[in-house]
Amino acid sequence: MTLKNALMTGAALATLIPAMSAQAAGTLDNVKEKGFIQCGVSTGLPGFSAPDDKGNWSGLDVDYCRALSAAVFGDPDKVKYTPLSAKVRFTALQSGEIDILSRNTTWTMSRDTDFGNFVGVMYYDGQGFMIPKALEVSSATELDGAAVCTQTGTTTELNVADFFRSNGLNYTVVAFEKYDEVVAAYDSGRCDVYTTDRSGLAAQLPKMSKPEEHMILPDIISKEPLGPVVRADDAAWEDAARWTLNCLVNAEEMGVTSANVMDMAKSDDPNLQRMLGAEGALGSKIGLPDDFCAQVVAGVGNYGEIYERHVGTSTPINLERGLNALWKDGGILYAPPMR
Amino acid sequence: MAADSTGSNTPSRAVFWRDPSKRALIFQFIVFALAAWFVWVIVDNTATNMRNRGVATGFGFLDIQAGFGIIQSLIPYSEASSYGRAFWVGLCNTLLVAIVGIVLATVLGFLVGIARLSPNWLLAKVATVYVETFRNIPLLLQIFFWYSAVLKPLPGPRSLHEAGDQVFFSVNNRGVVMAEPVFGAGFSWVLWALLAALAGTWFIRRWARRRQEKTGQPFPVLLTGLALVFGLPLLAFLLTGMPLHFEPAQMSRFSLRGGVTIIPELIALLLALVVYTAAFIAEIVRAGIQSVSHGQSEAAQALNLSPGQALRLVIIPQALRVIIPPLTSQYLNLTKNSSLATAIAYPDLVSVFAGTVLNQTGQAVEVMAITLAVYLLLSLLTSMFMNWYNHRIRLVER
Repeated sequence: MTLKNALMTGAALATLIPAMSAQAAGTLDNVKEKGFIQCGVSTGLPGFSAPDDKGNWSGLDVDYCRALSAAVFGDPDKVKYTPLSAKVRFTALQSGEIDILSRNTTWTMSRDTDFGNFVGVMYYDGQGFMIPKALEVSSATELDGAAVCTQTGTTTELNVADFFRSNGLNYTVVAFEKYDEVVAAYDSGRCDVYTTDRSGLAAQLPKMSKPEEHMILPDIISKEPLGPVVRADDAAWEDAARWTLNCLVNAEEMGVTSANVMDMAKSDDPNLQRMLGAEGALGSKIGLPDDFCAQVVAGVGNYGEIYERHVGTSTPINLERGLNALWKDGGILYAPPMR
Repeated sequence: MAADSTGSNTPSRAVFWRDPSKRALIFQFIVFALAAWFVWVIVDNTATNMRNRGVATGFGFLDIQAGFGIIQSLIPYSEASSYGRAFWVGLCNTLLVAIVGIVLATVLGFLVGIARLSPNWLLAKVATVYVETFRNIPLLLQIFFWYSAVLKPLPGPRSLHEAGDQVFFSVNNRGVVMAEPVFGAGFSWVLWALLAALAGTWFIRRWARRRQEKTGQPFPVLLTGLALVFGLPLLAFLLTGMPLHFEPAQMSRFSLRGGVTIIPELIALLLALVVYTAAFIAEIVRAGIQSVSHGQSEAAQALNLSPGQALRLVIIPQALRVIIPPLTSQYLNLTKNSSLATAIAYPDLVSVFAGTVLNQTGQAVEVMAITLAVYLLLSLLTSMFMNWYNHRIRLVER
C-alpha cells in the first residue's frame, strides 16, 4: 500500500464514521419503518397534554400527534410520548430524540430559524396574569413592585420582562423549571402574580387550593401562536405534519366530523372528494395514503371536535373558541385549500 | 554524525522490534494516535451532525441581549444586559453559595464533630442523632424540605405589614428583609481602623509567641485581639460622628420595597447544603481527632494543659493532617451540589446559564462546555488551595 493509498483509505474511513451516526433517512421514512411516532409533549398541562392516572396522555397537543399517526398509519394510537420540560424541548427535537414537538410552543422568528420549522398554529394564545382577588388589581399596569412567578426557558419569561420594562414598572421574577413548581409557589404566596399563556392560566385555575380567591386579569400582553415543530432539514416530514394540521381545520370548515366522514367521502362535492382521497392523489404526493385526511378525521375528529373535547366550554378549562374559531365564525383559523 | 553511522553498522544491532525501548515508543505512539483519533471522531461527529441539522455554532451569542430578569444578582444586571453578563451573574450566585456554605459547614461540622466526642452524654448523643439523620437523607429532599415545609409557609408580607409601614426587619415568605445600611462620608475611617486592628493583632500574636518561646510567659492574645478588632473601629466610628444610618424597607401595595432582601431560595439552599455537608464534616473531624493517639492527650494533661488548651494546641494540629484531605472532598461536593439550586429557582450558574440561556439560544454544546469547564476550574482551584494548606500544616519531623 503506498502512502497515498493509505492516506486516502484513512480519509474515507474517517468520513464514514460521522456519516454512520448522522441520520440515515428522512423522518417520515424512519417513522414508517419503526412503526410509531415519538411525540414530545409537556410534563402535564391539562387540556393540552396531560397524563391521566393510568398514564394515558390526552389533550389538544396530544390529539395532534394522534392525528399525525392516523395520517401515516391509519391508526391514531401509534404514538409514544416523551414528556419534556420547556428547557429541554428543542434540544430533544434537534438531537432526534423525538420526531415532532407538540408542546404548546410559541412560534417566534428566532425559534423558527434556530431550532426547527413550525408547521402551523394549533392554538392562538396570549400571555396573561393570574392574581389573588384580595389584591384588588384590575389591570396589569398596576403591578408595579410585584413578585412574578413564571417558568424558565419560555417566551413567557421574556414577555413579562419586556412588559414591565416597557411600562417602566419594577418587578422581581421567580423562575421555576416545571409548571407544578410555579403553580405551587404562586399558590403558597411566594409571588403576587402568576403569568403564562391564558389557556395555561385557565387550566391551572381549578387546581389552586382555593380557586375562588384567584382571578385572571383581562390584559393580554403578547401574541402566542402555539404550534407543532419539526426539524428544519426535513421537507417531506414537514409537509406531512403541515397538511395533517390543515386537514383538521379544513374538515371543520367543510362540516366533516368523525361521525360522518365515511359518508362524506362518498359525496359528489369534488372539494370533499379531493380532501378525503376519493379523487386525485394528494396524499401520495407527500408520502401519505391518499385518504390520509379521512383517516385523521375518523381517528380524532376535526379541529372543532378536538377543541371541544379538551379545552372547550363543556370542560373544566372552559375556554371560548375566541381567536381559535374558524374565519367564517369570527376567529382567525384559516387553512389553505387542499387541491 | 559519523559516529552514528558507524554505530548503526555494527553487527550487534538488533532488529528494531526486538529493542524494548523502541518497541515501547511504538506502542506509546499507537496508543496516542488511537486516543487522538477517538477525540477527533467525537469532535468531528458533533460538528458534522450540528452542521447537518443547521445548528449554528460559536460563542457570538454571549454578546446578544438576554431579555430575561434574574431575581438575585451580585453585579449590576438588567434585562438589557447580555447573555455573557447573565453568565457572570449565575457564576457569582454559585460562588456566593459555595463560599458561605463552606465556611458555615466547616464551623458547624467542627462543633458537631467535637461534640460527638464530648464526655457530656446528652451532647454526644444529640450530635450522633444529628449526623445520622442528616447524612442519610438525600440532599434534594432536604432542599425541598427547607424550601417548601419551612420557608414557604411563613406568613406573607401583606399579612404582617400595612401599606406604607417602615420596616427595619421582617421574616416572611419573600425572604428575610432588613433595613439597608447607608454609609456616610468618613465611614472609610472605620474600615481603616479595622484593618489597623487586624494588622496589630497579627503583630501582637507574633511578638507573644516569641516571648513565650523565650520566657515561657503566655500573653492573652485572643482577648487583646478581640478588644482591638472591636474597640478600634468603634472608636473611629464614634470619632467620625457615627456616619451610618439604616434605610428601612417600605411596605408597598404588594410587598416590601427597598432594604436588603435575602431570598428564601438562597436561605433554603444554604441551610440544606450546610446541614447536610456538616454531618459529613463532623464524622471526618471525629475520625481525625480519634486518630491522634491517646498518649498525646494524657501527655497534655500531665503538662497541666486545660482540656480546651489540649484540644487546641495538641490534638487538633495533629488531627488536621488526617482531616484535610477528606475535608477537601466535602468542599468540592458542596460546590458541585449547589447546582441542585435549579430545583427551587435559585439563580445559580446551572439554572441561569445552563438553563435559561441554553434554552433561549439553543447553543447546547457551547453552553454545556462552558458550564463544565467552570465547575472543573472551581474544583481544581479548591483542590489546589487545600493541597497547599495541607502541605503547610503537615507534621514537621524534628
